[in-house]
Amino acid sequence: MTQVTMTVNGKAVSGEAEGRTLLSQFLRDRLGLTGTHVGCDTSQCGACSVHVNGKLVKSCTMFAVEADGAEVSTVEGEADEDGTLSTIQQAFREHHGLQCGFCTPGMVMATKSLLAENPKPTEAEIRAYLSGNICRCTGYHNIVKAIMAASGQDVSAIAAE
Amino acid sequence: MPADGGIGASTKRREDVRFLTGNGNYTDDINANGQAYVYFLRSEMAHAKINGIDTSDAEKMDGVIRIFTGEDFAEVGGVPCGWEVTDRFGNAMQEPRHPILAHGKARHVGDPICAIVAETLEQARDAAEAIELDLEELPAVIDMKSALAEDSPKVHDELESNLCYDWGFVEENRDAVDEAIKNAHHVTTLELRNNRLIANPMEPRVAIGMFDRTTDEHTLYTTSQNPHVIRLLMGAFVLGIPEHKLRVISPDVGGGFGTKIFHYAEEAFCTFAAKAVNRPVKWTCSRSEAFVSDAHGRDHVTKIELAMDEDGNFLALRTDTHANMGAYLSTFAPSVPTWLHGTLMAGNYKTPLIYVNVKAVFTNTVPVDAYRGAGRPEASFQLERVIDKAAYEIGKDPIELRRQNFITEFPYATPVAVEYDTGDYNATMDKLIEIADLAGFEKRAAESADNGKLRGLGVNCYIEACGIAPSNLVGQLGARAGLYESATVRVNATGSISVMTGSHSHGQGHETAFPQVIADMLGIDASQVDIVHGDTSKVPMGMGTYGSRSLAVGGSAMVRATEKIINKAKKIAAHLMEASEGDIELKDGQFTVAGTDKSVAWGDVTLAAYVPHNYPLEDLEPGLEETAFYDPANFTYPSGAYACEVEVDPETGKVTIERFSAADDFGNIVNPMIVDGQVHGGIGQGIGQALLEQAVYDEDGQLISGSYMDYAMPRADDVPFYTVDHSCQTPCTHNPLGVKGCGEAGAIGSPPAVVNAVVDALRRAGQDITHIDMPLTPSRVWQAMQS
Repeated sequence: MTQVTMTVNGKAVSGEAEGRTLLSQFLRDRLGLTGTHVGCDTSQCGACSVHVNGKLVKSCTMFAVEADGAEVSTVEGEADEDGTLSTIQQAFREHHGLQCGFCTPGMVMATKSLLAENPKPTEAEIRAYLSGNICRCTGYHNIVKAIMAASGQDVSAIAAE
Repeated sequence: MPADGGIGASTKRREDVRFLTGNGNYTDDINANGQAYVYFLRSEMAHAKINGIDTSDAEKMDGVIRIFTGEDFAEVGGVPCGWEVTDRFGNAMQEPRHPILAHGKARHVGDPICAIVAETLEQARDAAEAIELDLEELPAVIDMKSALAEDSPKVHDELESNLCYDWGFVEENRDAVDEAIKNAHHVTTLELRNNRLIANPMEPRVAIGMFDRTTDEHTLYTTSQNPHVIRLLMGAFVLGIPEHKLRVISPDVGGGFGTKIFHYAEEAFCTFAAKAVNRPVKWTCSRSEAFVSDAHGRDHVTKIELAMDEDGNFLALRTDTHANMGAYLSTFAPSVPTWLHGTLMAGNYKTPLIYVNVKAVFTNTVPVDAYRGAGRPEASFQLERVIDKAAYEIGKDPIELRRQNFITEFPYATPVAVEYDTGDYNATMDKLIEIADLAGFEKRAAESADNGKLRGLGVNCYIEACGIAPSNLVGQLGARAGLYESATVRVNATGSISVMTGSHSHGQGHETAFPQVIADMLGIDASQVDIVHGDTSKVPMGMGTYGSRSLAVGGSAMVRATEKIINKAKKIAAHLMEASEGDIELKDGQFTVAGTDKSVAWGDVTLAAYVPHNYPLEDLEPGLEETAFYDPANFTYPSGAYACEVEVDPETGKVTIERFSAADDFGNIVNPMIVDGQVHGGIGQGIGQALLEQAVYDEDGQLISGSYMDYAMPRADDVPFYTVDHSCQTPCTHNPLGVKGCGEAGAIGSPPAVVNAVVDALRRAGQDITHIDMPLTPSRVWQAMQS
């Protein structure tokens, strides 16, 4: 067991981890931040996506000890302190970009990264960027639409909501 | 119209706030004080005799609390099957025992053999590695036709064979169908597979069993689409726990698609073990584990024959299917290829003679059961593919061939027992042609050709039967439970309302859509209405969510309960306004006396009900809470027409979906945004089935596609934007909302559209190809083009 310390959503936190403890487990079980979800065990699904030192990372593919001293952002840090949804979160809600909600935290974190890198992505760019995030409910239509809307692009021409 | 919107409003969802902020309450997010963890040691052989299990080293390891084997469950009920099918000779299906932990034999890769309960999951896993299993490998029964051979090894030694049942429908019509086919001007034949799929909702299954010794009460948290069904099956048939001592809770559930309907051994195990070790016991399925323990879907091998006269009128249809049950009978499994498939073989067409034969077969594979569409995708696929093939063979346009055979008069009694209430198949086809811009196809095909690609167009219809189901009817067909739904509408003193519904939302947005219905009926704001679901101790007995039944059945129960509320509220209002009950009207949250300007507000009436000082106590009880159980009179029959345009790369065989259009008739619609989302999701899964997904077993029964690395789930760049339309609406005639349900249509109507399109693309390029089995992977398409 090692003591691991990091900043999560702006707060310094500390907890015990074994060498084999994944960052996703550390966030969920040690820190009680259950917004980061585990959907697979082969690093495909992206439901566990977080930001580590500004980079989009699948937290199931990183050990907690590797994140020692890092700045981590999870979905719980996305909305304002008073609960106001961020632009991305609002766009997902406005355009029905989620159904069961399980892939959603990963989608939100991936979207944040995408728009930081590419503020006005095309449909093709969005779809390519999301290839590391699997959704089984939405068929991706409204997710892509929500992301375009979040980036300030006009989505009124996109076929039926 | 209330501010939030009633029926017909695309109200944004309440659920979204918690899901978007990471505050969902999924079962794995829940932890009980002092909980222990279980890890299942599963068979790595498809078929093996269990000669010995040596847990002695494992038991001594750190943190191990107890290790269970099949022996511990010898006296406990097995996992039950909820539907008994009678074969065409009048005999009950062969029904094997399904023990909680494998006993004597392991029958599929993934069959749980031991359960290790420990202080941490890591300790349970570590201990599992120290268990010595003495397994004697037996030949695996994988191919269905070989499984039925005389000399095939038996999956279940106590059964006569690997044949679960040989079902025929309608058996009395078999000879007439054979005759019609023999004498027909033209018969089109098609042999095909409906590929085995794995639902893979993004949330893996979880179960947490708890037991309170002081009250003798069990609690199970589970990722289920239907907690009451779990309570019934597990309590009555497995563990012998009466309902009042067993609480089952399904909190937020991350997708189901059918896979989370069934009662699974792991649920029973956690419930049993919590009492045995006097600790809560938590199980979280890993994804790889899900591949070998979640029920799989589809897996039919079918031969279909369509007989026509010289003008292309359909005369008769005969189908022969082998349906894989897997190693054990999952909850609904026997009903899927029979009552949910055979009864849909008329499709949208007037075919007068139909015979369906289904042989359900046991194999050493994971049990197969309902998956989005459950039997109806299988029916639609074979029917719409053979019709396309027939059109080609007799030189008719595939849309025209369908139109000339459409059912146009309703209600319509099909030759396969079901009666369609309403529909207008020409309307949805007309709508499809418009929204899909079929007129522009040739131009787009030329553009594709300029880019070196082969473009194809596939069009199909579908109809499905959902909103399950009339209890009497399904009881006669072998269901071991009713299929009604419940609602308690509890009005509170200040006018807010809690609705306890037996339906369960795992993505469908009930918390938003159901209040819209109540808001519409009462004329109050939808924000005043709260939905409670997923807890058997709070909600009356209901059958849960699947088969696109929530609004059609659950919503109808809610409407009936609300009608009782309105009835009583009017009596109270009449008393308050000293008027006669018959003169009371309710509009926009106000009770008025007809022909006067007297009125009382909803809140005044509700307060009076709970503070009954000015109240007709001699005639009316205080309170304002009503319950209804709604048993539907029939299935509902959504229908539609779909079009898919693909591009095929002739060098690689890769297929891309360029356009996908869906014109659906769902009857009345409550929340259009949610309905469209359901269609999008269904189409995404249908495209997955058509192009990408397959659960593959080798001949030794090893699941080769055992994780997301090998099982190709559709990603965002595998699909385009969809064009969906639901403006064609022929309301359901037999439920109060006139709704037909929409949850599965997308997955039912889309695979034939995709395959029809690829075959079309190849034909236009001069290839004489009539069919390619799903999934149409690049290598399959390329191979087909070489031959």
